[in-house]
Amino acid sequence: MATLELVGIRKSFGAAGVLHGIDLSVADGEMVVIVGASGCGKSTLLRIVAGLETPTAGRVLIDGRDVTPLEPAERDIAMVFQNYALYPHMSVFDNMAYGLRIRRVPRAEIRRRVEETAALLGISALLDRRPRQLSGGQRQRVAMGRAIVREPRLFLFDEPLSNLDAKLRVQMRAEIRRLQKRLGVTSLFVTHDQIEAMTLGDRLVVMHEGRAAQIATPMEVWARPADTFVAGFIGSPAMNFLAARLAEEGRAAALAAGPVLRFADGPRPGAEGRRLVVGIRPEHVEARAGPEALPLAVDLAEPLGSETVLHGHLPGGESLTARLPGGLAPQAGEVLPLLLPAEALHVFDAETGRRLDPLEGMARR
Amino acid sequence: MRALAEDGAGEAAAQAGRRRRAALWAHGWLALGVLVFALPIWITLVGSTHDAGTIGRGEVPLLPGSHAVENYATAWAEGGGRFRTTAAAAMLWNSALMALLIAAGKIAISLLSAYAVVFFSFPGRMAFFWMIFVTLMLPVEVRIIPTFQVMVDLSLINTMAGLVVPLVASATATLLFRQFFLTIPDEYVEAAKMDGAGPLRFFRDVVVPLSVTNIAALFVILFIYGWNQYLWPLLVVNDRSLETIVVGLSKMIGTGDAQNEWNTIMATAVLAMLPPVAVVVLMQRWFVRGLTETEK
Repeated sequence: MATLELVGIRKSFGAAGVLHGIDLSVADGEMVVIVGASGCGKSTLLRIVAGLETPTAGRVLIDGRDVTPLEPAERDIAMVFQNYALYPHMSVFDNMAYGLRIRRVPRAEIRRRVEETAALLGISALLDRRPRQLSGGQRQRVAMGRAIVREPRLFLFDEPLSNLDAKLRVQMRAEIRRLQKRLGVTSLFVTHDQIEAMTLGDRLVVMHEGRAAQIATPMEVWARPADTFVAGFIGSPAMNFLAARLAEEGRAAALAAGPVLRFADGPRPGAEGRRLVVGIRPEHVEARAGPEALPLAVDLAEPLGSETVLHGHLPGGESLTARLPGGLAPQAGEVLPLLLPAEALHVFDAETGRRLDPLEGMARR
Repeated sequence: MRALAEDGAGEAAAQAGRRRRAALWAHGWLALGVLVFALPIWITLVGSTHDAGTIGRGEVPLLPGSHAVENYATAWAEGGGRFRTTAAAAMLWNSALMALLIAAGKIAISLLSAYAVVFFSFPGRMAFFWMIFVTLMLPVEVRIIPTFQVMVDLSLINTMAGLVVPLVASATATLLFRQFFLTIPDEYVEAAKMDGAGPLRFFRDVVVPLSVTNIAALFVILFIYGWNQYLWPLLVVNDRSLETIVVGLSKMIGTGDAQNEWNTIMATAVLAMLPPVAVVVLMQRWFVRGLTETEK
């Protein structure tokens, strides 16, 4: 059990910068998920924590102790790899016991710990098998077992679920969460899957091009995304973005597509006419007529039973996706009036992509 | 309908006939191939069971004679020929020891050098790799004079070490192991690092066990390579007690001023064949697996 702190982690391979200064502190027993598209540097960050890569600058602290110069083995960390990395010539028991044997744990103690862990994971019957004789889900459990049996201060997960089929993934996801809670081991979990991220993490680190775009709880990330990248990355279907300008002394956004939408939560800073991006999640769009309604020309309707997903475009040519209650079945080519409720709007600066919150004092928070 | 069915049956029969003819054709050729390879061995085997006079008269018997026991006893204990060469027992021992040491040495050295080249980054890594690679172009025969000089300087002439050491470095085996090691996923290395295994521990616990089939296959090839060595043992050893069987066998055949004792020579030849055959037969399962599959 330990805390983890990253201070100004930078990494470049040659001239190519991969990480541009990551700061993060993970509380004891917390599960932090690092999520991002491929190539955003999330795996590199995890490998730096593991000690498999050396940061170009910055420090890694475990329990307040600087471990940056230490070898992976000296950090007391266990890692679950994407391809499990089980030694193919060793039985499940030997795979799990290997790290303990190297640490010269007494034989009886090894046996006890491996058997306990195997029971915890429901793989007691598999201890004599070779990894080759196991299914994907079983291998995954063994890989977890190998990490747990070491009783490390920190767990690292490098996309451990990406090789499983969809059903197993859901099951293992719940299991990892349950185990992590039960063992209370501080954990870092890397994934590109936003659902994994949302369900597993106490907090998320949303990575974008080597930077942490936002570090917050899953709900915070969903409800108040820090910038347009995070807003578009978390949530499915992705958030709609519409070009707009600041109007009515900061109290409204004039959409390029026509209507002027008043903010529900107070004025935004900036000069009249400041360029904005207004975001709204597809599930918040309502199919109602009104003075501020937008006419959506439907390109494609996907009826899913409980809901219908509409893809269409606005008069200005901007595309928009809406998730509407099921039963509504407009045809392609139809024009439908849509309302964007003021309390569901996200306002971003068009230049920087950063979120614009209401002015101090008037904020609803 | 009936006509059609018969037609179909006739077609099938014709097809079966064609298939049988094709099989016969193929088997015929294969049998011929076996015959071509096996006949000399058979003649040797048969020759070793007749007395010296039979072959001396120019006969080539195709059926076994009755002198097998005495021929083999002579070959094993005394050696043959007018010149009383070394006994086959001693030569077999020399050859076996030499071949074993060469095979084991080559495997040990090439495992380690391939491990260094693949898993470590050190300055000049590729330079070393290419240096090893280039020695492929320098077989024993090309560098035989300087090698001999070195052995003389180290006073290793007429020793088992002198016989083995110059043949132990192996670029081929190094390359083979390198290719295999490149297929070992990086994640094993990383998992071992997290587990706290040092480089030698990882080598012993993971790399070598994963390479067993390759090691077995190479052992067979290298043992036979060592067993068949002729030129170098001929040069470096002139002490009869260190003579290897391949060299000794050729020395048993005289230059023509006296009759060769072909019966003993053939018996010795058969004896010389047995250890490589035994190695191949015993290691066959591993050998084939090593060439065709990897355990991953």
